[in-house]
Amino acid sequence: MNDNRILDLPDLSLVVLIGASGSGKSTFAAEHFRATQVLSSDRCRGMVSDDENDQNATDDAFDVLHYIAGKRLAAGLVTVVDATNVHKHGRDALIRLAREHDVLPVAIVLDPPESVCIRRNAGRTDRTFGAEVVRRQRKDLHRSLKSLQREGFRRVHVLRDESEVHTAEIRWDRLFNDRRAETGPFDVIGDVHGCRSELETLLGQLGYRLHRDEAGRAIDAEHPEGRRALLLGDLVDRGPDTPGVLRLAMGMVASGNALAVAGNHENKLVKALRGRKVTVSHGLAESLEQLSGEDEEFQRRAQEFCDGLVAHYVLDHGNLVVAHAGLPERYHGRASGRVRSFALYGDTTGETDEFGLPVRYPWAQDYRGKAVVLYGHTPVPEPEWINRTMCLDTGCVFGGRLTALRYPEHEVVSMPAQQVWSEPVRPARTAGSPAAGSSAAGDPSPGDAHTETSGQTPRREPGTLDLGDVTGRRILRTRHHGRITAEAEQSAAALEVMSRFALDPRRLLYLPPTMPPCSTANSGDLLEHPERAFADYRRWGVTELICQEKHMGSRAVVLLCRDAGTAANRFGFDPHEAIRGAVHTRTGRSFFGPELTAALLENVHAAVTELNLWEELDSDWLLLDTELLPWNAKAGELIRDRYAGTGAAAESALSSATSALRQARARGLDVGELAARTEKRYADVERFRAAYQQYCRPTEGLEGIRLAPFQMLATEGRSYHDVDHDWHLSVADRLAEAAPETFTTTRRRIVDTEDTASTAAATRWWEELTTAGGEGMVVKPRTNRVRGRKGLVQPGVKVRGREYLRLVYGPEYTEPRHLDRLRQRQLGRKRSLALREHALGLEALDRLAEGEPLWRLHECVFAVLALESAAVDPRL
Amino acid sequence: MPDHERMRETGCVRWTIRGILVAVLLTLSTTLGSLPATDLGFLLHKHPERLQCFEVTAGTAHVFYPRADAAECTAALLLEIDPIDLARHARRSSGWALGAYVNDRPYVASSLLAVALGKVFRTALNGRCDARPELVRQPIPLRIHLPAVPDGGDPELPERLFAPLGWHVETRPLTDPEWGRVDCVELNLSGDLPLAEALNQLYVLLPVLDDAKHYWVAEEEVDKLLRAGGDWLVSHPERELISRRYLAHARTLVDSALAQLADPDSGPEPHQDSGRPLAAQRRSAVLERLRAAGARSVVDLGCGDGRLVGDLLEDPAFTEILGVDVSTGGLGAAERKLGLERMPERKRRCVRLRQSALTYTDSTLIGHDAAVLMEVVEHLDLARLPAMEHAVFGHARPETVLVTTPNAEYNVRYPNLAAGAYRHPDHRFEWDRAQFAAWVERVAERFGYVPELDGVGEHDPELGHPTQLAVFTRAESARTDANSEDARS
Repeated sequence: MNDNRILDLPDLSLVVLIGASGSGKSTFAAEHFRATQVLSSDRCRGMVSDDENDQNATDDAFDVLHYIAGKRLAAGLVTVVDATNVHKHGRDALIRLAREHDVLPVAIVLDPPESVCIRRNAGRTDRTFGAEVVRRQRKDLHRSLKSLQREGFRRVHVLRDESEVHTAEIRWDRLFNDRRAETGPFDVIGDVHGCRSELETLLGQLGYRLHRDEAGRAIDAEHPEGRRALLLGDLVDRGPDTPGVLRLAMGMVASGNALAVAGNHENKLVKALRGRKVTVSHGLAESLEQLSGEDEEFQRRAQEFCDGLVAHYVLDHGNLVVAHAGLPERYHGRASGRVRSFALYGDTTGETDEFGLPVRYPWAQDYRGKAVVLYGHTPVPEPEWINRTMCLDTGCVFGGRLTALRYPEHEVVSMPAQQVWSEPVRPARTAGSPAAGSSAAGDPSPGDAHTETSGQTPRREPGTLDLGDVTGRRILRTRHHGRITAEAEQSAAALEVMSRFALDPRRLLYLPPTMPPCSTANSGDLLEHPERAFADYRRWGVTELICQEKHMGSRAVVLLCRDAGTAANRFGFDPHEAIRGAVHTRTGRSFFGPELTAALLENVHAAVTELNLWEELDSDWLLLDTELLPWNAKAGELIRDRYAGTGAAAESALSSATSALRQARARGLDVGELAARTEKRYADVERFRAAYQQYCRPTEGLEGIRLAPFQMLATEGRSYHDVDHDWHLSVADRLAEAAPETFTTTRRRIVDTEDTASTAAATRWWEELTTAGGEGMVVKPRTNRVRGRKGLVQPGVKVRGREYLRLVYGPEYTEPRHLDRLRQRQLGRKRSLALREHALGLEALDRLAEGEPLWRLHECVFAVLALESAAVDPRL
Repeated sequence: MPDHERMRETGCVRWTIRGILVAVLLTLSTTLGSLPATDLGFLLHKHPERLQCFEVTAGTAHVFYPRADAAECTAALLLEIDPIDLARHARRSSGWALGAYVNDRPYVASSLLAVALGKVFRTALNGRCDARPELVRQPIPLRIHLPAVPDGGDPELPERLFAPLGWHVETRPLTDPEWGRVDCVELNLSGDLPLAEALNQLYVLLPVLDDAKHYWVAEEEVDKLLRAGGDWLVSHPERELISRRYLAHARTLVDSALAQLADPDSGPEPHQDSGRPLAAQRRSAVLERLRAAGARSVVDLGCGDGRLVGDLLEDPAFTEILGVDVSTGGLGAAERKLGLERMPERKRRCVRLRQSALTYTDSTLIGHDAAVLMEVVEHLDLARLPAMEHAVFGHARPETVLVTTPNAEYNVRYPNLAAGAYRHPDHRFEWDRAQFAAWVERVAERFGYVPELDGVGEHDPELGHPTQLAVFTRAESARTDANSEDARS
């Protein structure tokens, strides 16, 4: 039995069932669709009124139904509406809903004989209405049947025979734009505009072999490795050989060697060829004239080809989208008039500028999608990535270039135009006009009057990101530590800091993570001890460690560009600005004002250049993780307020208290214990004062300021968290040698946790460091980023010295009774926080290396700051 | 860098203090002339020959007498603070619990000492002494020594607080050998006052010096202040500062206290002669401009505690008011101040408060008639201004944008402002008229607005207005084109 009724449905659609009560809609829906796909008005009525047949609840029930349907369609899910839908106003609402979400509305009408409906209703105890209702509904239905297509249903299937309801088969049709199964590789080619010769040359350059007919005309091109060309529309108009371009393109598309999407010029050409009234301008005249020289058969085929072009394609499992004028994510894979219109014309605000050209909304600036979007339409001087989108129209017909992007290689290949084929329609815009300072909503980028934009520097927005990129509860996927959540209130706290105090996001590419101390020592007069750190790593499965001297300074991240051009092109800094980078703190603030920052970067630049690190690392910029010394360079105010103030106050209070107690004792009062405690306290305060003075030394301007680099974070195209610390510190050593006035090095030693002699020696080394006044050391896995049995391992733990910890736990923390309490400290939250921040940092660096858009970097950086607002004991 | 520095920078810290025992001290000495000085023991209700200990909030208070003879008697109150306890009490408060785990509070006479004073010397504070009733109201020669009290960076504050009460005040600024002056002084007071009065003054003024009360300030604190302030606070020239700080800046409480303190005979309000405050004039000017522009929906960008939003709500012409600020704390304050919860529904519907940041584009700001940047731009780093310009003038693009900002030239008219200083510590810049005009011009041209410059406040022929105002009106050159499709292709 193969004569079953086949119902073709687009595989993203809103399926509207239409039929009188008792016509079998629910049965049909249950048999042919998944339960979750079906929204029944009866069910919704029940949800809002506890009675599925309560007609008074109908309005509320449909509100609920529409709301759920809207959510499903927004998520791209097929949705079936099970309601009588015999009235036009009800169907209209559903059609509007489908259009709002750019999916196709389709109708399945169930129209069994009246007797069947009445019999079914009679068999149900919950339905009280009689045959009259069914009769009325069927009458309404029959009245609308003819007009369903006109109402907007793209397909209408009518099932009259009762048996069909059961035997019908649903067949899901792929949408025209759905080419997700095709993975390429592709060569995506921008606006050709009749430049046949350039197209042939470019195809040759890309490795295609041209096939020609007996007249020598190119009719196909084939790539030996099976690559396929993707033509981005506007093949026609303006240029010298529109028919030639069409001939080649039609051949390639027919043979499967190419896919093509429609451009606005194809659209208009079709209208003209059909004899519709259009304004013949912008190069259309040339096309019509050139085509009139071709035979009728070719003209017919050309019209058919242009008419049949799809407006956009979704390719490579949804990772690639092509459309002539680009496409925002919500339209990917959707079908509606406005999706097509956007794909052809882009997003116009409906306004025109003073030249009568449409004001165009720069959708790419707001693009946050996962898929790469490639498009043409508006000529740009250089193709550049904007949020995973790239415009490949480089104005060939106006004497620019014809450009292709190799996908997935992301390699740009372009051919210069042989000549200026078409003069600009309008005079070039004068410098300083609004076009140069484009703004989001008011971007008056000129339509296709190409030269008005060509020759300008790429348009850059001033590093603005959208609030939606950072606020609310945010879940970030990281490659090394899975999903990391920043709660809404944490984001809110970070927003204030980021917005009021932090650097421009373009200069803020990374924030370092917090670092936990080693497990707490459980005996002696120490809270932290190297053996505890070694034991921690032993437990985490790491045996080879590096101990690095901990500088008592302030963490500083240094971004340095080789030259102003790199700063402008790679990061979008103002090319006239003196500061080609940044020196910022753990919270994203600049350490210094503009002059000192520029001067410090100048010094770093000189050292990097002297060592020729630019060539060695094959990069025109670098990002360096350092400690900036001395402590007071950054923390002067804090030291004065907190430490010096506390010290001076304590000194004054305790010396007075001591002498008052002495007087009291002298006259025979028993104050012994209190006096002893107070005197002991006095001594501790003196040690406390000595401790913070250790880390301060005078600075004047940059005089006395040193950077101790300990890690190369990123350069063009790569991150370094997989390179061992020996290499990182060797770079630091070379910098310190080249520029001892700017850099200082970090003492370290290697430890094998399995070798007690090795750990004992490291412990002695730590004792020497801290006895000499050092803050302590940081213990890291020697090989850098490590995964253990339980995932990502702590990138480092700190082991701080006894005296230094007075600054943290107070002057008298070494008192045994205080130590006992302090040993209860809990490290779990701190460790977890450190790992999450570490993973976010790695993620930021990897995204930076991969050239991801700014918002993708910024969300990691922002999340680090957000996590910092978590309630964790800051003394750890 | 210790992590707490980062905490301080991020300013979003919630945690508790644990740790160490420390001490604060106050000594009080007297000579009683004909009577034996040891009668101080009767007045204080504390025996001169014993060390006595009392459990108090956050620690132990010890009272002992370093000297007690007929000629002179000195009582010492030594407070040993247990920071664990302290943390428990401080959790709900803000102040010093934010940021510093090594803090000077354990060593400086502070609100903690005031609390201890109130508990240990409660009877003396209330002016009761059954043994020597004649001494209670009698001024006696007193010397009070506080080895360390905070002065908040103003070494003259102790003098201003205590001298009007009849004290001879001596201060010695405390210093650190390396860092010089710190924000603490050693304080010596001497004078002839009744003991109870002296203790009450200390009880009120120690927390005022501290300006970071460690307990939650509730309504009853107003009564405590008024009770302890007795008759001296009414005529104290710093009564406003005292009330404000004592009540931890809780505005409604401060207002209530000041209202009760206000004596009809005590003279005119201090600021009546200088006309309306500049801030009020600014709001009026902004409202006037908004009305002139015919705006109905208005965004107050950087609404702070919501004063302008409140004014906008008073005028039914404004039907949609959105206040945004980057500070969630500020928004909470605005919500309370405006009384959103109690507002009638019709009015409540007109107003929304939301967090937003001017350095990010925010699509919910699109579609309003007007946006106000009142005293906001100067709180942004110059380098971040382009981001704000893009977000406001480029992205939100209201018909009208109002900007007010200080006129730096006018600052010379403010006697308390040092030369070159800004009006607010968070100001990143203050523009003179030429700088503001240049900025306004540039922004207007770039984003297609027509600018108009004005000022607010008393006009000085040389210096201009104290506040600069700019009105940007979106240029209407953009027009809808019915044939836009043809224009496109």
